[in-house]
Amino acid sequence: MTGLQKFAQLLVQGIARGSVYSLIALGYTMVYGVLRLINFAHGDVYMVGAFIAYFAITAWHLPFLPALLVSMAGCGLLGVVIERCAYRPLRNQPRLTALITAIGVSLLLEYGGQLVFGASPRKFPTDVLTGPSLRALNAVSDALKAHPGISVSTAQLVIVISSVLLMVALRLFISRTKVGKATQAVAQDRETASLMGIGVDNIIMLTFFIGSALAAAAGVLVALEEPQIDPIMGLMPGVRAFVAAVVGGIGNIPGAMMGGLIMGVAEYLVVGYISSAYRDAIAFGLLIVVLLVRPTGLTGKGMVEKV
Amino acid sequence: MSRRLRQLAIATLSLVSLCGCAGPGKKPQQGVILVGEFLSLTGTTATFGQSTKNGVELAINEANAKGGALGKKMAVIAEDDRSMPEEAANAVQKLINRDHVCAILGEVASSRSLAGAPYCQQARVPMISPSSTNPEVTRKGDYIFRACFTDTFQGEAAARFARNNLKLDRLAILMDVKNDYSKGLATFFRAYIEKSGGKIVAEQSYSEGDKDFRGQLTNIRKAEPDGIFIPGYYTEVALAAKQARELGLDVPLLGGDGWDSSKLMEIGGTAVEGSYISDHYSVDSADPRVRKFVEAYRKRYGETPDALAALGYDAAGILVAAIKRAGTVDGPALRNAIAATRDYRGATGTITLDAERNARKPAVILKLVNGHWKLVTQINPQQPIR
Repeated sequence: MTGLQKFAQLLVQGIARGSVYSLIALGYTMVYGVLRLINFAHGDVYMVGAFIAYFAITAWHLPFLPALLVSMAGCGLLGVVIERCAYRPLRNQPRLTALITAIGVSLLLEYGGQLVFGASPRKFPTDVLTGPSLRALNAVSDALKAHPGISVSTAQLVIVISSVLLMVALRLFISRTKVGKATQAVAQDRETASLMGIGVDNIIMLTFFIGSALAAAAGVLVALEEPQIDPIMGLMPGVRAFVAAVVGGIGNIPGAMMGGLIMGVAEYLVVGYISSAYRDAIAFGLLIVVLLVRPTGLTGKGMVEKV
Repeated sequence: MSRRLRQLAIATLSLVSLCGCAGPGKKPQQGVILVGEFLSLTGTTATFGQSTKNGVELAINEANAKGGALGKKMAVIAEDDRSMPEEAANAVQKLINRDHVCAILGEVASSRSLAGAPYCQQARVPMISPSSTNPEVTRKGDYIFRACFTDTFQGEAAARFARNNLKLDRLAILMDVKNDYSKGLATFFRAYIEKSGGKIVAEQSYSEGDKDFRGQLTNIRKAEPDGIFIPGYYTEVALAAKQARELGLDVPLLGGDGWDSSKLMEIGGTAVEGSYISDHYSVDSADPRVRKFVEAYRKRYGETPDALAALGYDAAGILVAAIKRAGTVDGPALRNAIAATRDYRGATGTITLDAERNARKPAVILKLVNGHWKLVTQINPQQPIR
């Protein structure tokens, strides 16, 4: 393996990991866009997503794709319930109140999860990746394995492909549909949007639904590749995706995608060339640098605080 | 006014609850010898605690069937530390201050034994760790013992096997930098490999709880080793092994007793097949004591005991024998009796505790074949363990 091959390998792995961060970061950024709220419970929704798929596959014997959809729908509803019960009553309170509540919801999901699912890690079923549609991906993965620069597992191929599809779908939804445009309007100015006849509450609920469903998809996809799930598995990915959203420019959808990829690749390059001990230090260092140099993130436009 | 009242009510309530805690509590039960154990019944290394608990229970039941000790029955109180060192310290304090146990068994993981040991030492309650192998554990004080060998020997045993039997020259190490056991084992492994003319071509680290090792493994792959030593616990090892295979690293994997869990095969699948580990005992042994233990364990729990179950069984056995010899459960006398353990015939071999309160025993090398650990060879300690 040459130096270049090592670099290529780290890059490929970083992109696969980064696309997961992008999916999670989208939820942070969309919610921030409409509510100016950092939803700290988002990483835990990712965990619940993995567990729903786990039960869908092991208890209800669903194939992978339906299990993924069930998990996305389940977490979408969970997101709506969280918004309805925890955040909506505080909508006109100071932002800090909602932020603290978000931390509370996060703890509730983590420790509630330990109560319901148990603290021991469970094995996520990976033999679901055997259908005929996946044969092609398996073949690609096997062919690449011989190549020292770009070994990729089937699960990683599934991750990258699904992430790209979901992100393209989201992009089309936001920019092409009426509801998507309404979401943009709410993000730009909630009050004016409501004066234009947009049901702001419904749009906010929809935002939570979509963001949570994407987090669930990320949770299921990661569980495929790292088949060990436990109730606090959402903690670190949640934090890293949050950093990704801020780095990309919070509130900005393409920014979140880009931020996720940057975080994923940076993580691998740090582990590959410096040390795994600095993995998180570099992530947060990156956050500090971005906040110092470009407080609105890489893609952020200079925002004027509305008074 | 109502606020005043409420404050008063709260104050009264908290006073009442305080009295409840500090009040009579649990007095040492008469007619029963209470032994405490702290272990990881849940969390990342849950199978360690579960196996150990079964082993201890089996030994105590056998002792009770023969009339207990000092004319009393024995009972075990188990505290779960959820695989976390902070919780281990809490569990030990609970066992000592609330339950007034006469001795404590535990932990498996060295980090957690190290967290609990100072409290046992301070309260002069003897502690026997069944399976913590880091040398530092028994250095915490003269009330701290172990029923197993230390990593000074285990690391060397694994390295000797890699060099002499597998003829490996270029080795890579992937270790957990937040784990005393893993760091210690890596140090002693490296020392022997280098002393014997081999080379450590890559050394990479991770932290407990990590699930992604591809960056580190990419570095290891670049170094082109002929074997990888992963001195970690099964939760991380299984994922690391899987990812190593995905990255096209097909060299043999080696590890220590931290791999010994049925979860390793469940999560690692074919990726861990053919790996070698150093361990405390082999279930295949023809030794009648081992056979008797394995049969009794299978009958009671319906599964094959792993090394941690065997060591739990032996640690409890050593304690029972010491209580009988001491004739009392008084801390200092019991400590001296445990320290005087000579040629105790346990499931994991004949155990003599040395002046450093460590057991001196051979290690076995096991290979994973079709999901079962098969005995490959036994490695005896060459020089006395200091």
